[in-house]
Amino acid sequence: MEKFLDIRDLNVEFKSDRGTVKAVNHVSFHINKGETIGLVGETGAGKTTTALSIMKLVPGPHGKIKSGEVLFEGEDLLKKSEKDMRKIRGGKISMIFQDPMTSLNPVVTVGDQIAEVIKLHNEKKSRQEMKEKAKQMLELVGIPASRYGDYPHQFSGGMKQRVVIAIALACNPELLIADEPTTALDVTIQAQVLELMAKLKKELNTSMILITHDLGVVAGECDHVAIMYAGEIVEYGSLKDIYKETKHPYTIGLFRSIPNVDKKDTRLIPIPGLMPDPANLPKGCYFAPRCQNKLPECDTCHPETLEVSPGHFVKCLRVQKEVESHG
Amino acid sequence: MAEILRVEHLKKYFKTPAGLLHAVDDVSFSIEKGKTLGVVGESGCGKSTLGRTILHLLDSTDGKIYFEGQDITNVTKSQLKELRRNMQIIFQDPFSSLNPRMCVSEIIQEPLEIYKAYSDKKEMLRRVAELMNTVGLAPSLAGSYPHELDGGRRQRIGVARALAMNPKFIVCDEPVSALDVSIQAQILNLMQDLQEELGLTYVFITHNLSVVKHISDDILVMYLGKVVEYSSGEALFEHQYHPYTKALLAAIAIPDIDRQNERILLKGEISSPVNPRPGCRFAPRCEYCTAICRKKAPVMEEIVPGHFVACHHVRKINGMSEEK
Repeated sequence: MEKFLDIRDLNVEFKSDRGTVKAVNHVSFHINKGETIGLVGETGAGKTTTALSIMKLVPGPHGKIKSGEVLFEGEDLLKKSEKDMRKIRGGKISMIFQDPMTSLNPVVTVGDQIAEVIKLHNEKKSRQEMKEKAKQMLELVGIPASRYGDYPHQFSGGMKQRVVIAIALACNPELLIADEPTTALDVTIQAQVLELMAKLKKELNTSMILITHDLGVVAGECDHVAIMYAGEIVEYGSLKDIYKETKHPYTIGLFRSIPNVDKKDTRLIPIPGLMPDPANLPKGCYFAPRCQNKLPECDTCHPETLEVSPGHFVKCLRVQKEVESHG
Repeated sequence: MAEILRVEHLKKYFKTPAGLLHAVDDVSFSIEKGKTLGVVGESGCGKSTLGRTILHLLDSTDGKIYFEGQDITNVTKSQLKELRRNMQIIFQDPFSSLNPRMCVSEIIQEPLEIYKAYSDKKEMLRRVAELMNTVGLAPSLAGSYPHELDGGRRQRIGVARALAMNPKFIVCDEPVSALDVSIQAQILNLMQDLQEELGLTYVFITHNLSVVKHISDDILVMYLGKVVEYSSGEALFEHQYHPYTKALLAAIAIPDIDRQNERILLKGEISSPVNPRPGCRFAPRCEYCTAICRKKAPVMEEIVPGHFVACHHVRKINGMSEEK
């Protein structure tokens, strides 16, 4: 399979009063055609910033992509002009934002909002054709076409998110970036939306980056998983690597923090402490201050990424040592 | 064990321009001292309104509330103030439930001042320090303002404030929903420890089913203001009788690749609680719905000992013999 999107050594910084905030540090991963990769991490881990960098949407003037490459179909998106990027956004690559309540324009009907994307990317189409296509998109996401002229406030949260999905898919994108698409929704509606996304993805053979903090959603939807912590990918691998051969102490800690619905565990095992201040990252491993299994050198030496088995990457000195001692 | 709170046929309707909004409609339950009742349901099902009505933050429309055997449905303002010593609340959003212009110690101190609990200022500050220690806030944070702290720490302030007057009963309204999982686990553990140490009774309101399973002794499942299923937590996760509960539990995304749920997709969405149609509230989305479901509201029935379900077809759906 070809590497469809290839991100190499991406670094993003924000300037603030407190100094330089390193939001994304040396992030590299790739996606093959038709695959879904899950980007998992807690608030402030750099998931959304990574996604925004792909679209070249990192908010300026404080935010800046310092270095790295985002190769999309062999071309570096970071070198493209703003004019070219506007063609790509919403066309070949589109994005679903977390909050359906605020990502729609409240004074434009939902139908016109879908038609707008189609208009921007297909100049030749007549008004009537655009309207027809927008209606088809509404039907596709399970909203009757008769609601074309309704405004966002007339829809429930789940339906608004469907409209956002319709907008994102209107131009048959090759890559869909979904930033916490179901976090604001109730569980039964979440199930509906996830099912819909999986179905459409299969029909259109779209690749997807799914950003979430919910390891349960990832287990159901993704092929590969990248666990992010303090702007870094600390563990990357297939679903099986991450869920069965969990290596990084942070990933292990995440799994232990989730209450298990299958058995009655009396106490959870939380990760002590807090995520480090991104303006003042520790010298050694970023996770070391919270790690209960650290080595003395973890406080001073920043770990390199190591491939522990084919396709399974971990950033941890202890894991590195264990692998070395086993030959 | 002694019963601490009993709610009978509690109703809370709101007047809206479109008609009466049935937020809580005929809810009954009781909690024993030291136990946790989990209330689950999706947004708009009335779970927060239920919690607030119990605490008299909202006036009930109908029904009775008993606290430690005493009818507290209609109390005067001064009686209410006394009641609030024993009944407290922890709010969902640690970002908007704390006064941004008060520092940590002032926030925790406020209830002590309101109740004039200490005549000696030094003693009061000692109590504040003790509370901060109880919830795991470093003494150095006493002068910090809420905006300087992260969500987990802010929620700890909310817990300390609720504990200030040594209450017996706390309504926890989605206390961990705004937090990251690793922090969520810290707060859940804290709340469990406090319950054991201080013998607290909780009503724990949440939409997160794994959390509710983890913390609750009994669980109340709500749908559009009505209770659809009520039983012990273990029994509920063992077997669900109501079609809504079945779908709700099947929708949990489990972080295990070998154990993926067969999703039960519900048709449509939650309908409006304004002037609800007669019959079962869940009928428009229910695959087992028949004529009777649209006409007559089902009553709560003890289907197996200790397990209450409100559904006309519960026996048929679960392959049990019809009995009356």
